Formats: sequence, structure tokens, C-alpha cells
Amino acid sequence: MDFSSAFVLALRALGRNKMRSSLTMLGLIIGVGAVIAVIGIGQGAASKAQEQLAAMGSNMLFVGSGSVNRYGLHVGSFQTKSLVLADARAIVRDCPSVSAAAPGTGTGQQVVYGNENWATQITGTEPQYFEVRNWPFASGTSFSEDDVTQAATVAVLGDTVRKYLFGSSNPIGETIRIGTLPFKVVGVLTPKGTSAGSNQDQDDVIIAPLTTVQKKLLGQEWLRWIMVSAVSRQASYVAQQQVESLLRDRHKIRSGDPDDFVVRNLADMADAAAEQGTVMTVLLTIVASIALLVGGIGIMNIMLVSVTERTREIGVRMAVGATEEDVRLQFLIEALVLGLIGGTIGVIFGVASSLAVSQGLGWPVRIPPYAIVVSTLFAITIALFFGFYPARRASQLNPIEALRYE
Amino acid sequence: MATVNSVTTSNAVQTSSVPLVEVHELRKNYQLGETEVHALRGVSVSIEPGDFVAIMGASGSGKSTFMNILGCLDKPTSGRYLLEGVDVSALTKKQLARIRNQKIGFVFQGFNLLGRTTALENTELPMLYSRTNKNDRERRAREALAQVGLADRADHFPSQLSGGQQQRVAIARALVNQPLILLADEPTGNLDSRTSVEVMEIFQRLNANGLTIILVTHEPDIAQFTKREIVFRDGQIKRDDVVKVPHMASEVLKTMPTIRD
Repeated sequence: MDFSSAFVLALRALGRNKMRSSLTMLGLIIGVGAVIAVIGIGQGAASKAQEQLAAMGSNMLFVGSGSVNRYGLHVGSFQTKSLVLADARAIVRDCPSVSAAAPGTGTGQQVVYGNENWATQITGTEPQYFEVRNWPFASGTSFSEDDVTQAATVAVLGDTVRKYLFGSSNPIGETIRIGTLPFKVVGVLTPKGTSAGSNQDQDDVIIAPLTTVQKKLLGQEWLRWIMVSAVSRQASYVAQQQVESLLRDRHKIRSGDPDDFVVRNLADMADAAAEQGTVMTVLLTIVASIALLVGGIGIMNIMLVSVTERTREIGVRMAVGATEEDVRLQFLIEALVLGLIGGTIGVIFGVASSLAVSQGLGWPVRIPPYAIVVSTLFAITIALFFGFYPARRASQLNPIEALRYE
Repeated sequence: MATVNSVTTSNAVQTSSVPLVEVHELRKNYQLGETEVHALRGVSVSIEPGDFVAIMGASGSGKSTFMNILGCLDKPTSGRYLLEGVDVSALTKKQLARIRNQKIGFVFQGFNLLGRTTALENTELPMLYSRTNKNDRERRAREALAQVGLADRADHFPSQLSGGQQQRVAIARALVNQPLILLADEPTGNLDSRTSVEVMEIFQRLNANGLTIILVTHEPDIAQFTKREIVFRDGQIKRDDVVKVPHMASEVLKTMPTIRD
């Protein structure tokens, strides 16, 4: 029997039992759909995380003031008062793998402009912060070094704050009130979106000179953090060690005692995020593969029933000249068609559900073409694998007994 | 039997001197649980082209086993079966399938049509396995259906046809590859007497056109429409007689009431 008539025959045979055929395919549909949805969502999340971390600067180190250990009780981070401006200067001066460092602190404040008001985070830092964070301006400029030395009341707005306070009007040169102090707006930043880990709106921020925030808003001399830029991504691990030993030295921490600061490496976080994504994808792919496997067993089950049911038909076909190969081919092609149709519907189902997730939950979805090809091939392979035994069984029937079968 | 030995098994050319079917000392043993059943105990017979043979006998007499071997569905335990001078007992399963496809047409008691498949497609079935192209398939299937008087039922499903019509579709299916022999296993067993005679009328017409037909039947009336009666008993041929004056089915039909009567 030639391939195309065998194909038509298989479609017909499956068409005669539409309900059964669709139920048989359901396992494969769910399996393939799950594989695609899982990979799509997993890859989307991973690439989004990578993107966000890259946007923050993958060669960046974050040095934070540490947690205080009071009578054995850790009471949150950003509590120690030992991290100071001189540390930031020393890091740039003494660590060869560091190219820049921006000291900073922060406080939450109510901000008012005209009739509008908005509660936001005020970050106090130095002008190089914008470079270290790789954060361009949408309009206006940064405050200057002089503004920092003079503790000038000038401010740069994040995009979210601009939106809430100014809407469509131009904020440059306008005066806003932070707490009780008037500040002049000198610049507006481009939107950066939510941050990778915490899902925080990074644009919900006002950035002002470090000294201004320290003295006029907080009344504190110490820093909450220092953003450090390593000369390259590869150098970030060396830079981390240099910063750590320098700070331990400067803070006079005896060996064996814990740090009074924390250093986090964004390259590390990027790797961790990527790894987490991979582990997740692998796990979910295994689960989806099990679904596919179960789908395959379903195919075998139904095909065995079908072979038994069609024993007489097989006998007739053999009597009129079908060879063992012809009969085997017929059932294998039925399995193939089940796999093909099930796989295709599964792909559609998987893509559709991924899109639904991305629409509904706002998760990024990225379906790589290999996922579609591989999962469809996998479905077909499974169908053929599990179809082979029933097909063989059909081909081994004795025509005389098959013709007599009731 | 002298002629058998003179025939070479390969490249045999069919001439009037070569029997179409030549079996010699055919034996078939089955293992049925603990006991060994001797279904055929040395059957020798030869059937010439153009013959019309009825095989009769009680159930268990070996006639079905004999038919299965003639139809290349089964192999004898010992003995030789020459079809057109070719020793069939030496062939592989695949070669046997080819012979069933090309040289033998089967008609069964239970019709054995594929359900939910039109008469035309049922008739096309053997050609699926002889790699006949689509157009030829349809043309030849329609011709075969016309031969059995069902040209206008080509698109009907078996469930829409009467028993007699279904059996005629089965006959069309058996004819479509222009076989050497038509083997019919109790073809009238499931049919009423008038329809039985109608089927015999088709067989007689096909036989008159040169087709060799071998049919198994229980009914002596049916055997009367053939040219030769072979009676089996206990795995052996008990009687092999020429039917002196075969009944003409077309004549008998005129005397029978139709369904409407």
C-alpha cells in the first residue's frame, strides 16, 4: 500500500471514532501544550530578568550597610552607621578593579507640587550615580558636584513621580516641596521599569544630592549604600573581594568577626536568576514530559482496543492481499496521525495559553522555535513508539482466526 | 497424476494440459490443546480451469481447512499444492499475500465488508494492496460493481444494503483484481433461498465467462448449481462426482416468488 492511501485510510479510521480519537490525543495535546507554555513562560521570565539585570549594569556591586546584631538578634539591614562617605572615596582610590563608586542614602517622603502630592523614595547620591546605574536623562541634567558640596536643594525626578506630579507639563525649573523643603527640578530620568527581583517600580523615586538628603532630610552622616562599578563583568568578583577586605580593614573588624556591611554582586544575581530559571524550566519540562508519556500510554491503550475491535477488518485486508507490512504500516500511520494532530493542536494550545498568561498576568512570554519543533517531534515519536506494539500485534494476526473473530 | 511430475514448478505456462489447482497428499495437523487434530489426511485432487466445484461435508470434515489452504491463508503440514503449476507451499508469507491479492478472490458467508465504507471503496480494497492508481481503482471497482448489478449502489454503505446486495459487493471485491479462482465459503449461508439463487446466478454467469469457482456449501440444492461435487469426510475426499445436469439459476429464479409476492 502506498503512503498517501495509507494516510487517507488512517484519517478515515480516526474520523470514524472522533470522540475516542480526540480523547486519545488529549494526553498529547496537554503534554505538548504544557511543554510549550512552560518553556515560553520560563524563557520569558529568564530573559526579562537578564534584561533587567543588564540594565542595572552587570558589572555592578552593591555595598549596603549591614544589619545590627543586638544580643543575638538581627534587626534588619541598613542599620549600622559605620558605612561613610570616606569609605566610598577609599573604594575608588584603593581598589584597582573598581572604576567608579556612588555613595547614597534614602528616605521616604511626601512630595507636593501645586495641588498634587505623592509619597515616594528620596535617594541622596552623587552625580556619578547615573553613570554607574547606566540611567540616561529624558530631559534636563544631573545636579552637579557643586550642588553636592553646597547641599543644594535640587532634584531629579523618576518617571513615575513626574507622571503623578506633573502629568504632561514640563517639570524642569519648577519647584516641588519634599517634606517641608522646596526643591528645584533640574532633570527627569527615562523610565526603567520594575526591578528584577522585587518587582519594585524603579521609577518611583526622586534623586537629590547626597549631602542635602543626609543633612536636610535625614540628619544622618552615614551612608545606607555604595553602588560600585567594576571595570568589567569578569572583574566584578575580584572587585568584590577588594571592596570586602578594604572595608573590613577600614572598619577595623577582627578576623573571625562578621562583616558590618553586605556586598552583593549583580553578576552573581544575574547568574542566580538564570540558574533558578533553568532549574524551574527543567523541572516543569520533566512534569510536562510525564504528561506526554501518559499521553503515549493512552495512545497504546486505545490502539490495542482498536486492533482488537478491528480484528475482522484486519483479517479481510489480509485475505485480499495485505502483507504484514501493509497492516503494520496502517496502524503505525494511525499512530503517526494521532501524534501529528495531537502535537499540532498542542502547539496551538500551548502558544494560546502562554499568550493568555502574558496578557492576563503581564508575564513576559518568549517561545523559542526549537520548543515547538522539539515538542511536536517528541509527540510524534511517543505516538510511534507506543503505536508500534499494537501495530505489530495487528500485523501478526492469523488471517483465518481474524476472519472468524466475533 | 503423471502430468504433475512432468510440470516444472517455475515458469509454468498455463495451458489446457496444466490443471489450475493440483493438490497431492495434502495433510494438515493442528495442535488443539493436548490433542492433535488431523484436519486433512491425504487429499489429492486436481481442478481444471473453468471448473465450478462445490465442496460439501459435515462440519469438522476438513473442507474449511482445505479451502484455507487453497486460498493461501494457511499452509499444509505436508503434501504439495500447485497453483498454475507453481508450488505454493514453498512460498513466503509475503508471496502468499501477493497470490491472494492477484490470483484469488474470496467470498465469505458473513460478507465481511468494511463497515462505514461505501460499496465502491469496499470493492477497491484489494487494489489498495496492488498499488493500482486512484483512477484505475475507481474505474475497475465500478466495472466490477456493474458486473454484479450494483452500479447504482456504489455510494451506499453496507448498512444501507440488503444481505444479497452486500454479498454482491463482496463478489465484486473478489473479482476486481481479475483472479484465477473465486473461493466462496458458504456464500449463501446467510441468505434467504431466492437471494441464494440470485447469487448462484451471478456465479454461473461468471463461470460461463471462464472464471474457475470453488465453493463450500452445506446445502445440496446449492451444489446442484455447480458442475462438480466433492464431498469431504474425516479429512478425506469421500466422493468426487460430476453434477450431471446442473440447475440453471436463471431458470429457477423464474419459478420463485419475489419478495413482493
